[in-house]
Amino acid sequence: MTKLRDVDKLKEVALGLRRDIIEMITRAGSGHPGGSLSAVELVSALYLGEMNYDPKNIKDPDRDRFILSKGHCCPVLYATLAHLGAIPRKSLWTLRKLGSPLQGHPSNVKMPEIEVGTGSLGQGLSIGIGMALAARIDKKDYRVYALLGDGECQEGETWESAMTAGHHKIDNLCALIDYNHVQQTHPTAETKDLEPLADKWRAFNWHALEIDGNDYASIFAALDEARATKGKPTCIIANTQKGKGVSFMEGDPGFHGKAPDDAQYVKAMAELGVDVSGGKTYE
Amino acid sequence: MSDKIATRDAYGKILLEMGKKYPDLVVLDADLAGSTRTEWFGKEYPDRFYDIGIAEQDMVNIGAGFALSGKRVVCSSFAIFGSRAWEQIRNTAARCKLGIVFAYTHAGTSVGADGASAQANEDVAIFRAIPGMKVIVPADATETEKALPVVLENLDGPVYMRFSRAPVPIAFDDSYVFRIGKGVVCREGADVALIACGQMVALSLEAAETLARDGINARVINMASIKPIDEAMVVAAARDCGAVVTAEEHSIVGGLGSAVCEVLCEQHPAPVVRIGVKDVFGESGTPDELFDKYELSAPHIVKAARDAMQRAGK
Repeated sequence: MTKLRDVDKLKEVALGLRRDIIEMITRAGSGHPGGSLSAVELVSALYLGEMNYDPKNIKDPDRDRFILSKGHCCPVLYATLAHLGAIPRKSLWTLRKLGSPLQGHPSNVKMPEIEVGTGSLGQGLSIGIGMALAARIDKKDYRVYALLGDGECQEGETWESAMTAGHHKIDNLCALIDYNHVQQTHPTAETKDLEPLADKWRAFNWHALEIDGNDYASIFAALDEARATKGKPTCIIANTQKGKGVSFMEGDPGFHGKAPDDAQYVKAMAELGVDVSGGKTYE
Repeated sequence: MSDKIATRDAYGKILLEMGKKYPDLVVLDADLAGSTRTEWFGKEYPDRFYDIGIAEQDMVNIGAGFALSGKRVVCSSFAIFGSRAWEQIRNTAARCKLGIVFAYTHAGTSVGADGASAQANEDVAIFRAIPGMKVIVPADATETEKALPVVLENLDGPVYMRFSRAPVPIAFDDSYVFRIGKGVVCREGADVALIACGQMVALSLEAAETLARDGINARVINMASIKPIDEAMVVAAARDCGAVVTAEEHSIVGGLGSAVCEVLCEQHPAPVVRIGVKDVFGESGTPDELFDKYELSAPHIVKAARDAMQRAGK
């Protein structure tokens, strides 16, 4: 698939993904808008501009792998897969509904288009290590990307896996931290401060860099640097804004795991350039 | 019956053989390779063996990553420590339907002098509760060497295999055939049924000898496949014998005894007496001392058989 790195075009894509995320979660009546919106640029940059990924050949053994370790933010992944045509667009509106492949947290059994079921935090980076080491055994050069939440860095297993990847110098593995600075109930700095976060990863023998994770140019520069870094894994600490793109969701823990109500939905979509007032629909 | 081999040794031996048969076999351990015997595989196949260090949760999910990349995966640890990754096993290995064998050693009370912190008496219960998980408890070295190849050849989801540290008597010869979901009648009899797993099979056969001297013919069943369990064989045992004893080196909560009772209460109610650890923590001691104190030894199986028969009005 041709890679898209044109920032203006990607910004249009991001706007569409944000609309889809709000629409999906509103129709579902539940879900996690805050962390989905913060990760829009990261996920779309990976799928559209970085990874060796073909939506027509999703089980290509040479493909790059993406693991959404922060599985509760699956609306951004589903919306991205629909944008690429890997899953039908109309399936987005079945999110969290009985019988839908779009589970509230991703399931590879119900949706083979995703690499692995997640939803319980702290596990994705370990899974990525297994995939990355399998490439070593099979003498393949695919890369593995795991997107972690910032709160997820409070999980012990995250650091177990960080130590493993550093020890084995797994340079085809890249962790991205969606550092939106807000976890379920409070700001991360209040609940349990992660700082100094980059130094923690460096201490575990990773290459670590800090970027603006809502800025495509910064993301691509970091991904290029990660790919060029040999002999150690790379952690991209992506500073983002929780709820990015919807003013009243930005930085508000209240929208970590809550759908907008009717008025909030109309207001959010208006901010994203869509008029859904008076019962007008968005498809 | 005189030879004794720890099932962990038999596991290490057959795992090494499987490394040759399956080039896609990847083995992981969490710092205990010398004790679990995965070190034997690791020395022969260093490119397919990773010691993840003391990080069981990481090990389980690294195994998941390998399985998702087309590898046949075996993860080993001690039963007690590997069980701390239960949620990883439940949510990733099982929910994602991954072909991973959790081959855990040093299970049960017979781990001995290390004491209660190391004696996993709850592992079968917690693994059995996971949807799609198979649970296999080989009786001896022979069955261990027969079971692992069958498990690896039919690896369509997660499997828990439980091995012991202590040497256990050899109950079977080389003609033994292991099948997932099938029990094996080791001794015919129709007065009482002794349904056992692990080294309790050998102790049940010993108990049956004692009972025979009093004219009681006990049917001894090896139920290595606890999940799926051989329901037909359990029901037939209750129907033919009228009285049942279960014997396991595990808590009476949630293990083989519970599995047998679940089958019988719905399909053929019969008196059942469960031999197992009675919902308590163990302590340091030799395996023999502990088996006596915690009422797991052959004389206790004999007594349980008589109690079950009495309750059945026999």
